[in-house]
Amino acid sequence: MKRRLLLLLPLAGFIGLAIFLYMGLSMDPFGRDSALLSEEFPPFELSTLAEPDRRVDESLFEGEVTVVNVWGEWCPTCKQEMPQLLDLADRGIRLIGIDYKDTRDKGREFLDEFGNPFELNIFDPNGDLGFELGVYGAPETFIVDADGVIRYHHTGYIKPEDVRDTILPEVEKWQR
Amino acid sequence: MPIKMIPEIGHFALIVAVLMAVIQTVMPLAGAATRRPLWMAYASPMAMGQFIFVLFAYLCLTASYMLDDFSVVNVANNSNSMLPWYYKFSAVWGNHEGSVLLWSLILAGWGFAVSRCSTGLPRDMVARVLGVMGMVSAGFLLFVLVTSNPFERSLPRVPADGADLNPLLQDFGLIIHPPMLYMGYVGFSVVFAFAIAALLGGRLDSAWTRWVRPWTNVAWAFLTVGIALGSWWAYYELGWGGWWFWDPVENASLLPWLTGTALIHSLAVTEKRGSFKSWTVLLAIFTFSLSLLGTFLVRSGVLTSVHSFANDPSRGLFILVLLGITVGLSLLVFALRAPRVSHVVGFGLVSRDSLLLVNNILLVIMTVTVLLGTLYPLLLDAFGLGKISVGPPYFNALFVPLTVLLCIFMGLGPVARWKRMAGGELRRRLWLAGVVALAIAALAPLVYGGEWNLWVSLGLVAALWVVLPLVRDMTDKVRKAASLWQGVRRQSLAYWGMVLGHLGMAVTIVGVTVVSNYSVEENVRMAPGDSADVAGYTFTMTGLESRRGANFLADTAIMKVEGDDGEHLFVMEPEKRLYLARGMPLTQVALRPGPLRDLYVAMGEELDGDAWAMRLQYKPMVRWLWLGAILMASGGLLAVVDRRYRRRSTVQSGSESSSSAQEATA
Amino acid sequence: MAAIGRTLMVLCLVALAGAVNADAVRDFDDPVVEKRYRELTASMRCPKCENQAIDDSNSPVSADMRDRVYTLLQEGRSDREIQDFMVDRFGDYVLYNPRLEGRTLLLWGLPFALLVVGATVVALIVRVRRRASAQALSAEERARLDELIHSERTE
Repeated sequence: MKRRLLLLLPLAGFIGLAIFLYMGLSMDPFGRDSALLSEEFPPFELSTLAEPDRRVDESLFEGEVTVVNVWGEWCPTCKQEMPQLLDLADRGIRLIGIDYKDTRDKGREFLDEFGNPFELNIFDPNGDLGFELGVYGAPETFIVDADGVIRYHHTGYIKPEDVRDTILPEVEKWQR
Repeated sequence: MPIKMIPEIGHFALIVAVLMAVIQTVMPLAGAATRRPLWMAYASPMAMGQFIFVLFAYLCLTASYMLDDFSVVNVANNSNSMLPWYYKFSAVWGNHEGSVLLWSLILAGWGFAVSRCSTGLPRDMVARVLGVMGMVSAGFLLFVLVTSNPFERSLPRVPADGADLNPLLQDFGLIIHPPMLYMGYVGFSVVFAFAIAALLGGRLDSAWTRWVRPWTNVAWAFLTVGIALGSWWAYYELGWGGWWFWDPVENASLLPWLTGTALIHSLAVTEKRGSFKSWTVLLAIFTFSLSLLGTFLVRSGVLTSVHSFANDPSRGLFILVLLGITVGLSLLVFALRAPRVSHVVGFGLVSRDSLLLVNNILLVIMTVTVLLGTLYPLLLDAFGLGKISVGPPYFNALFVPLTVLLCIFMGLGPVARWKRMAGGELRRRLWLAGVVALAIAALAPLVYGGEWNLWVSLGLVAALWVVLPLVRDMTDKVRKAASLWQGVRRQSLAYWGMVLGHLGMAVTIVGVTVVSNYSVEENVRMAPGDSADVAGYTFTMTGLESRRGANFLADTAIMKVEGDDGEHLFVMEPEKRLYLARGMPLTQVALRPGPLRDLYVAMGEELDGDAWAMRLQYKPMVRWLWLGAILMASGGLLAVVDRRYRRRSTVQSGSESSSSAQEATA
Repeated sequence: MAAIGRTLMVLCLVALAGAVNADAVRDFDDPVVEKRYRELTASMRCPKCENQAIDDSNSPVSADMRDRVYTLLQEGRSDREIQDFMVDRFGDYVLYNPRLEGRTLLLWGLPFALLVVGATVVALIVRVRRRASAQALSAEERARLDELIHSERTE
């Protein structure tokens, strides 16, 4: 009897493995939370895209929930994403852009062509701020609460339904 | 007109093959259970028919590639009219759908081979083996038809040209690597089927092990060569000079190799001593299960890997169900039918039996370690504990010491006797080998590298400790004979196969050790006229050229290389290619291979002016890695030719009864 | 989802194709620092790619990460500090060598536990088999004895 139970051990082990692999099927190997969740927005000092002489820093995020979008003229997905961002701006949500690894001229052209939902754009030509934020490609989107703490992170394209399903509820959650 | 219907004909042949596979499963298994010879007789013809129809389907797909039929989605996505014909031929398996079809073809081929080579076997054994193989086949063919149909058309909108085969795959290594690997993976299905047949029929004796051992060795040899080819391909194609990345896909091939190696050894014990029967059967099940698990991991998209196929969750689910049915059922059969009262065969602490037991346990621990490292990120993620990575540092930290430990017992095993042996005798025969191994290993790094290096010494002592006792054993055995040739002849081919296999392992270990510790790499900026020194060689860029290949444009650097002595002078021409159809750049490395070192030049990015970033590498003894694998595989194949596997079954059962009688009294 | 995966794969294949990086041409005064640079960049995973170390990847973020590793090494930071620096920004995901902590106990511990279990199993089996061997021996001896007696009788 004891031996019989021992012989069932491989089967039991395999069933466990199979269940776990089944769970694995529904997981997204690419989706990762940012390491900066619940951390304060990293300190920085950069100029804005519109005004080369105006320096801004992390105090930008005090007082209001802000959606921070990392974009660049070189990034095709960013163009597709603009209507969703304009939609967010229309709903009265404060958006700040980070023009990531771009030139000033190209960045401005981009906004002229695809619209500008941003209150202002931080100009990050070397990607230093992006690096501090752990950005590994554009577009990436963060939600920063009124105390300047990063609360939500979205990698890649924001689909139209993402606005309703994830971005808006997250913003509302932190507005309270 | 019929030419235009080739894909449909292929599709139809595949459907016929599934039906045949189903019959091949149901009739023989039912026949064996109810002892109906007529039903059992379905097995061989169906195995043959199934093979012919899958082969036919496969040829239809190949024809579609050769004829540039871009109305077939699979062809359109993976081929191009500019592609040279041999790459069109191999592009068939350079994608998910085609490679599963190749897998099914090889599976059917193994089934056919079993039906041809089983004339001496009991009828019910053949029926059960082919029945089990038919079931696996049916599962895979259904998988092809339901989720991965390679014959799907994109009518009426036919693209003008194909998207081309991924340039990384346009390479000789890729023509032969997957077929070899699949021959290995799928070859273990034969062993698996024999194991299930033995459980169902209640026949697990010495004769059974003699039937299984040749199949195991052949599958294992193919897998060994397949893995080595993959490593070689990565080495020269990816342009980094690495030869093993512990990538999930590589691990997936290593797992069945490890348990397959354990199986070869455990079969030896079961044949010679009649013990470890349940364990051997379990290993046979594990080995094929790990082949299937590898397939799941590569094709389901649960793991991120450099070279997994574009994934689709529905395929993953299908393979998981297939895996669940195959492995679940077989382990259930195992639990219910494993030999009830194992008769305990005695052996002493110092004996080949006990050493092979240790070998098996170590190989299983290595398997579990690799599996654990591969699946752990997924496991943590499933429990919401965050995303981590497990990579080369982890695997090296555990795998290297385990291998050294394994080598210690590898040195002892071949010299030890079955059953029992006085510890003093073993010590007397091996102390010299031990001292010599330690001395050489301790001194070699000083002579070679100029300073002592623990890792080099450790690797060398492991390799020498595998080789020197073998040398001692060979000389002992051969010396007793009248002449050297007679002495060599007197030992069985299986013995020489073992010697070759172990030597191969040692050669690979030496290669790994030296190349990991003594490689030299320089990344330099070079323009025409510049030169750089690497490990005693002077590399001078004499010029840059642009040229045009069949389906790519290339920038070629002309590198003149001179050895220390100023005599060896040769030219190396690394390239930066741009493949036109995909607009994809590719680094084509220039290699100067040699038995003791490779020179490896890769072209990087274009810098300002005429300058390029060049990666110059000196790779000592890197060839030994693959040479060792070839030796191991040859050893496995040599043992198959051994006379005792070719005796007819009547003789076998005769000698079987007498040998088991001997064992019983022993 | 599948589409994203495929896009990422294509991106990474492009990255993978250009194997040597422009910034790989770096100057090191100290060979020890150079060795540390190689080891650090070989043991960090590119966050963008499927499964590549940052020293083998051509993705822009890998280039940035290599830059930081180089700068931090020049500043005299320790390996641990440099790893922490990356983990703070990109998460534990970037370390190919997972740190020993609560959630990785099983990962690091199981192989060692198995070695202990394996050794125990060998010891147990050998004990049983030795006993069986001893019994078989006496049975064998008895048989030989019988045989001897028998042959003497027939002579």
